[in-house]
Amino acid sequence: MSAGKVHAGRRLSGWVAAVLMLVALYAIFFYAPLEQTMREVQKIFYIHVGTAWNAFLAFFIVFLASLLYLRKREERWDDLAAVSAEIGVLFTTMVLLTGPIWAKSAWNTWWTWEPRLTTTLVLWFIYLAYLLVRAGVVEETRRATIAAAFGIIGFADVPVVYLSVRWWRLSHPIIFGGGGGGLHPAMLVALIISVFAFTALYLYLLQMGLTVRQLERRVRHLKEGWRERYE
Amino acid sequence: MRQAWEQLRALIWKDLALELRTKDMLSAMLIFSFLVMVVFAFALRPEAATTRAVFPGILWVDFSFAGLLGLNRAFAHERANDCLTGLLLAPLDPVLIYAAKVISNFLFLALVEAISLPLFFAFFNYPWSGAAAALLAILFLGTLGFAAVGTFLAALAANTRTGEVLLPLILFPVLVPVLLAAVQGTALALAGQTGPALAAWLRLLAVYDIIFCVLAALLFPYLLEP
Repeated sequence: MSAGKVHAGRRLSGWVAAVLMLVALYAIFFYAPLEQTMREVQKIFYIHVGTAWNAFLAFFIVFLASLLYLRKREERWDDLAAVSAEIGVLFTTMVLLTGPIWAKSAWNTWWTWEPRLTTTLVLWFIYLAYLLVRAGVVEETRRATIAAAFGIIGFADVPVVYLSVRWWRLSHPIIFGGGGGGLHPAMLVALIISVFAFTALYLYLLQMGLTVRQLERRVRHLKEGWRERYE
Repeated sequence: MRQAWEQLRALIWKDLALELRTKDMLSAMLIFSFLVMVVFAFALRPEAATTRAVFPGILWVDFSFAGLLGLNRAFAHERANDCLTGLLLAPLDPVLIYAAKVISNFLFLALVEAISLPLFFAFFNYPWSGAAAALLAILFLGTLGFAAVGTFLAALAANTRTGEVLLPLILFPVLVPVLLAAVQGTALALAGQTGPALAAWLRLLAVYDIIFCVLAALLFPYLLEP
């Protein structure tokens, strides 16, 4: 794809994300009804679920890109995995920050070792580890291969973590219910718009990240070329 | 098949012989395991009922710290004098190198556990009323899972600049299911409760071991690429 086309695509996805985000904000604050007991605090739920859903999407993309890299050995798959992991960690951090704000007013506690919460926390640690692995290797091909291997192992771990945490909590009393359940139809609409808005944001950030990596690579090649020419 | 078996035996023997002659890794693991036990005893009042309740957790924290110490050294000898290159030049399936390392790491950790466990019972004055076979099964599967994932991630960390600092950070998140299952299973086994709950934890450990042995064996050759 030509640089101009990529640039246009990135601009378009930026606009889509911005407009969708505004629509989502409108839906969250004006369209969706106020929750009876938690009132305004409940609004954070839309942001929370929107980022959570897309964090999982981002990590799934890391897994797919890692598999594809090991099969095809093309650096674009490594770029995709790297950028997607960064956004995934960012979104998971947002999930872990918005969650306690909700939990404090809904359950009167900042944190509970509920299976989904615990799995999200472990997920966050796994992909922080993934970023640390990437930061620890200088040589590009080696970094890509090592990171891909970890990306696959880490993703395979997630369902087992969920299962083990669920059984662990079953041996203790479950104090807090899962919540959710009966969602007002307008709330559901706001939620779906919010999820799509964050997916658009994910796609936009993904394209930005990929462009940055491509530019970095071009600068490096240019530097190397000039060094050879003038040395 | 027969040849692969011979090769595997030779590779394991190489690790064991090296360790038996230098004893640097095993002695460090044993002393560290003992030391962590003493630290816990100071931190938690050994005879208190609350300490009894968390005894299985203390055991596995101790084993994983000692195991981590061993894993950090597992690929250290292979780097000196380009031993790993030598191994790679040998007409071997790289999966065998992984399998041999898993088995030797498993044996080292099992030895440390075998020595530490009686000491734990003695120093914490913990009364034995458990199911021995169940405890052995949990220890076996838990240690195997630790060795399988630990060996793979130790090889992975050996490829990075930050190696030994990185290993615990990448190892413990992936090990969460093993730690949970091993601690819960050990608690049940020590209480002599060999019911369906214990079977469930054993099954989880077995599934984890199978998934990660296979996955790590498949991915290990990529870590050895020059």
